[in-house]
Amino acid sequence: MELTLAHYLSLSAALFTIGVFGIFVNRKNIIVILMSLELMLLSVNINLVAFGAFNGDIKGQIFAMLVLTVAAAEAAVGLAILVTYFRNRGDIAVEDVNLMRG
Amino acid sequence: MEVIAFSILSAIVLIAAFCVIAARNPVHSVLFLILAFFTSSGLLVLIGAEFLAMLLIVVYVGAVAVLFLFVVMMLDVDFVELKQGFLNYAPFGGVVALVFFAEIALVASAMGASRPEAFDASPNAETNVEAIGQVMYTDYLLLFQISGIVLLIAMIGAIVLTLRHRPGVRRQSVEDQTGRKRADAVELKDVRPGQGI
Repeated sequence: MELTLAHYLSLSAALFTIGVFGIFVNRKNIIVILMSLELMLLSVNINLVAFGAFNGDIKGQIFAMLVLTVAAAEAAVGLAILVTYFRNRGDIAVEDVNLMRG
Repeated sequence: MEVIAFSILSAIVLIAAFCVIAARNPVHSVLFLILAFFTSSGLLVLIGAEFLAMLLIVVYVGAVAVLFLFVVMMLDVDFVELKQGFLNYAPFGGVVALVFFAEIALVASAMGASRPEAFDASPNAETNVEAIGQVMYTDYLLLFQISGIVLLIAMIGAIVLTLRHRPGVRRQSVEDQTGRKRADAVELKDVRPGQGI
């Protein structure tokens, strides 16, 4: 039995599903929500690289690199927002983050 | 052989990912996240994407996970309270996740069993890095530059968001220091012997 694209696609589908499940389950804990987002981006990366590798096309890896960049930027800004929110409110319960609602 | 390695690594990735969302202590979540990233970089090595695997370790384990660890440890939050409601949301989340997985499986099965393609992660080049570089710095130069700008903006944004000027903190005032004259600081007194000032 040989390693095929289907292996990688099913793995990344399962990983993405775990990420979605994590967002729904940890509705209160925004840190774990951010980690679930990272998991989902990781599964997308695996998907891109697998498609690229099995089609003999390097562009998949390049787009995976761009996704990596955006993921790093998103984590930095998200955690900065989290720190600022914690400073202002004293906790990070995200269920009552509707201050900006008009 | 490759399939065995793939099976072991992917099992570890999935278990670690589940532990990320299920762990009680968020520090454990971050550590499981690191484990997931490490093993998935192993998965990338398996299909020949070595450079991206190293990048995954450097960026995710070296930067993002450490950032998470810092934030988790710096914020004084009662995580036990945040964990409440896990089981309340679990059925709904499970349904959504199942629907999602079913959709992906449906699309994958509609696509049919993919043809066994050429297994080549670095076409037209000696190494993976060379192959990436040849395409990235020519065809995708604009995207490369734009991703640099994205990182710059994220950095500035994070600094602006977290910088604060607290009152009552003594700071160095460079212009006061360099604009200081001799006359402001030193005074010569003519002291007569035996009299004092």
